[in-house]
Amino acid sequence: METLAAVLVSVIGAATPLVFAAVGELVAEKSGVLNLGVEGMMLIGAVAAFAAALTTGSATLGILAGAGAGAILALIFALLTLTLLANQVATGLALTIFGVGVSALIGRSFVGIPLQRLQQLDLPGLSDLPIVGTLLFGHDILVYLSILLIPATIWFLDRSRAGLILRSIGENHAAAHALGHPVIAVRYLAVMFGGAMAGLGGAYLSLAYTPMWAENMTAGRGWIALALVVFATWRPGRLLLGAYLFGGITVAQLHVQGFGFDVPSQFLSMLPYVATIGVLVAISADGARARLNAPGSLGRIFHPDA
Amino acid sequence: MIWPNQMESNVRPRLETRIGVSRTMVYATPVLALLLTMACGSILFAALGQHPPAVLYAFFIQPISSAYGLAELTVKATPLVLCAIGLSFGFRANIWNIGAEGQLTLGAIAGGGLALWAGEDAGLWVLPAMMLAGLLGGAAWAAIPAYLKTRFNANEILTSLMLTYVAILLLSYLVHGPWKDPEGYSFPQSRMFADSALLPLLTMGTRLHLGAPIALFVALAAWWVMARMFIGFQIKVVGLTPAAAGLAGFSVRRLTWITLLTGGALAGLAGLFEVAGPIGQLLPSISPGYGFTAIIVAFLGRLHPLGILFAGLLIALSYLGGETVQIELGLPLAVAGVFQGMLLFFLLATDVLVRYRIRWDRRSTIEEAG
Repeated sequence: METLAAVLVSVIGAATPLVFAAVGELVAEKSGVLNLGVEGMMLIGAVAAFAAALTTGSATLGILAGAGAGAILALIFALLTLTLLANQVATGLALTIFGVGVSALIGRSFVGIPLQRLQQLDLPGLSDLPIVGTLLFGHDILVYLSILLIPATIWFLDRSRAGLILRSIGENHAAAHALGHPVIAVRYLAVMFGGAMAGLGGAYLSLAYTPMWAENMTAGRGWIALALVVFATWRPGRLLLGAYLFGGITVAQLHVQGFGFDVPSQFLSMLPYVATIGVLVAISADGARARLNAPGSLGRIFHPDA
Repeated sequence: MIWPNQMESNVRPRLETRIGVSRTMVYATPVLALLLTMACGSILFAALGQHPPAVLYAFFIQPISSAYGLAELTVKATPLVLCAIGLSFGFRANIWNIGAEGQLTLGAIAGGGLALWAGEDAGLWVLPAMMLAGLLGGAAWAAIPAYLKTRFNANEILTSLMLTYVAILLLSYLVHGPWKDPEGYSFPQSRMFADSALLPLLTMGTRLHLGAPIALFVALAAWWVMARMFIGFQIKVVGLTPAAAGLAGFSVRRLTWITLLTGGALAGLAGLFEVAGPIGQLLPSISPGYGFTAIIVAFLGRLHPLGILFAGLLIALSYLGGETVQIELGLPLAVAGVFQGMLLFFLLATDVLVRYRIRWDRRSTIEEAG
């Protein structure tokens, strides 16, 4: 049982950065903006969080720096695609290339320095319970935040007026504009929220999951988060499920050799990527269902003149 | 932050759609983007405590001030141009293959594997066979996203990228396992290729190899295909107006296959040229991200084969420049990546001038017009 609990805890660890990054992207996409720069924003978030936590000694400042850095990078994306009407796919790719370079540049003096792992919340009594204590009450603040983010996002998108406006803009920006909704302003905010969440996902990686900085430490998680949004058919609840499924695959990959299967490690490391392709195919094959919740204006340039 | 549409001032900028594109701006914006990148780069270098003119000299001039440097420039531009030409076909038709790095890796595995299998006493046939294997290996890797896109409607951006990670892990497995050099002191690397399996050098004392003129030929051929052949016309129509392409009966499905396979084959050839040229064996890492950087090259070159030639040389210079400032000034190699990212940002930002013109309108005139 103890081993099982340990495995489940590492699943949570592997899933949490995906939850953050994917929820952020989901909200941005619901407003009609496809930002392929998640990987770059996560990396910037990771290095900024690590640098801030190391130099100030405060994990809280680290978390805020991660979110802030992700949002700033997202602001560049928003400026290019929303104000200067650049192609969203190309700009997103540029954002990732830029983020990889800048994070390596900032992080060069931090490589190999260990950092104190993000403190777990100590809930008196509860955290000491056997198994249940480790599973439910032994996590750091970001894990709880990522879980709370899901009902909060559902409430925002489905129940709040602001969420309704955001969805209407994503569905048909020309109609929303005609109704007087501020298309560009809402999209700026949604994209920056996406950036902040990707930054938090990165911060979780460099502060808690593996408390250190290494170049390209996200290893494609930003892209997996993008695939998760499609997998979840733009629904936050399914997103959580998907992220934990992927967390499970990532962790299983580490444990397979422990169970005595003689498979080269490289093939095991391929699993999350192959699984991503698998779920994309499974979801996309039924076109009607895949498009049911997809925002109608996703990826299209909005220019009121045209 | 002030949103343009909420500004309360009397005069505000407005983007007016041009009728057609501005020919001047098509050529002017890459130059403008380069100048802006150099200006921003100078600020960045100053922030890093460097003297900007010295860094700019070390970055842009010093690497190409010798014959050896010029040869190196061509060596680095070769894979970039090959990959970018392949990607540009797809990008023009709105098919976003971003997995050129993986296709490059598979081309290197297929062609390099053939070289290892042929061994020391292979005849003259081995090099052409390796090139064919490189083309086929890359195309086969690109065929997966093509199949998943046309059969299951799976997003090719994500599938082609995921396959890049798989390809790099596959190469890592091969050089750590079955293809490892038994006399390599347990380093993860294959045996060196036999002389007959190496690309001939064009000039002694440099690394300039046969791949460079082939890349040039590919660029010219691509130009002819896009400008003169029906398939080039179809690609352009599908990208510009999918509805018109549908009415004309052009099959998007067929174009998806053609552009992905072509892009994969050219990336695979680029990978083969790397391992049979400058590297000479299989290593865990055979490319400093040429397949990804080729995306920048393709856009910087305006998705036009001749533009891509120039863009390939410029981005190759950024790799050389990055190495020079690393050696001369102790700056990290990542500077090259930052430079490349900035260049693409500025290009995308200034591109707005190609399709729109900026009008400074007074509020009253807008109200009259509206």
